[in-house]
Amino acid sequence: MTDLDTGESDLAAGLAAIVRRDLLLAWKRPGDALNPLMFYAMVCTLFPLATGPSSEQLLLNGPGVLWVGALLATLLALHGLFLSDYEDGSLDQLILSPQPLPLLVFGKALAHWLVTGLPLVLVSPLLAMTFRLPPTVTGLLVLTLTLGTLSLSMLGSIGAALTVGLNRGNALLSLLILPLAMPVLIFGARTVSLAVAGDSPSAGVYFLAAYCMLTLALSPFATAAALKISNE
Amino acid sequence: MLSATGLRLYRGERRLFENLDFALAEGEMLLVEGPNGSGKTSLLRAIAGLLSLDTGAVLWRGKTTLGNRQALCAEMGWLSHRLGLKYDLSLVENLAFDIRLRGRVWQRPDGLLERLGLSGLDRLPLRALSAGQQRRVALARLMLSESKLWLMDEPLTNLDSAGQALVRDMIERKLKSGGLCVIASHHAIDVSAPIRRIRLQ
Repeated sequence: MTDLDTGESDLAAGLAAIVRRDLLLAWKRPGDALNPLMFYAMVCTLFPLATGPSSEQLLLNGPGVLWVGALLATLLALHGLFLSDYEDGSLDQLILSPQPLPLLVFGKALAHWLVTGLPLVLVSPLLAMTFRLPPTVTGLLVLTLTLGTLSLSMLGSIGAALTVGLNRGNALLSLLILPLAMPVLIFGARTVSLAVAGDSPSAGVYFLAAYCMLTLALSPFATAAALKISNE
Repeated sequence: MLSATGLRLYRGERRLFENLDFALAEGEMLLVEGPNGSGKTSLLRAIAGLLSLDTGAVLWRGKTTLGNRQALCAEMGWLSHRLGLKYDLSLVENLAFDIRLRGRVWQRPDGLLERLGLSGLDRLPLRALSAGQQRRVALARLMLSESKLWLMDEPLTNLDSAGQALVRDMIERKLKSGGLCVIASHHAIDVSAPIRRIRLQ
């Protein structure tokens, strides 16, 4: 086995270890994962009750509400991304581990998405029914929400890292992240709306995919740098 | 092997240390002493690279740690006030995580948990253990890390007399095997190995 092989397998082992640990923690603290999901379900089921049963209105507002709900639900869980690690000293251990910190924060953001973002994506077809979205659009909704929530988890990790040492950092985190999340929200909701109207959604999907790739590639480095500053 | 030159750190207007130098060879211990708030923890964090220094450099194997963080981290074990353990996870889950993070395969260590008085506690969440037992888990992690350099901040805190003797024995063995220890402590840590001392005011 070459040095390169050894290095790569160590990196994979480190990534697998942090994802596995955070999933295990989420399993042992199910409330943390269920809160955003409950919030999302409540927003999306209460909205049609408040606006009335008009199909046209529900179809018009549905994509926007589904997307705003997903954005807010993701933000709800972000503040805790590094908080417990900071409070119990695990953050020191991660920073001092032999693994590159950007890899570990990527693993944490990925685990966060698996625990909070993915359930939102999976439940969205069900919630789309409350807005009478046609079944042909459901696949697109799932695809765009997958790209969007993954982008939000990656972007959010930067804000969570910057605010981890601050009291009431949650409000500041939202202020930091919302401007960066706006393109995701606008393109996500608009893409689904276009598909509902029978237009081509491909431009929006391409944009969301590109944005997702960009956040996947860059945010771990920004998050790692922010964490080191916040942890001093 | 571990050295520092011209370390200086201010917290606001307050000087924690200035013109601080030390050099530590294999099998030697550096004991950082001083009253509360004198900067012992800050010095340890600065050596580990968790805290930026105003001036000065820490060198590991002759190279500054600023440009060789991975080399230092691969050979360093860290024990501080905040233990860095997950209290919802069990002892085994915590230890296995650290081993896997180091790219190794987890295997239950022979006799170590028994020696640390942790036998029979494998499956309990850490929050069910006493503060002293939690610290022993952190000590087990340190031993399993197989690090060359140990940085320990108040390692005897929360431990009973048997636990304190155990830590002294751990340090003695580490130094005899050619390891290095940098320790901040209010308690006396008597070992037969050479001890260098820094007194912070």
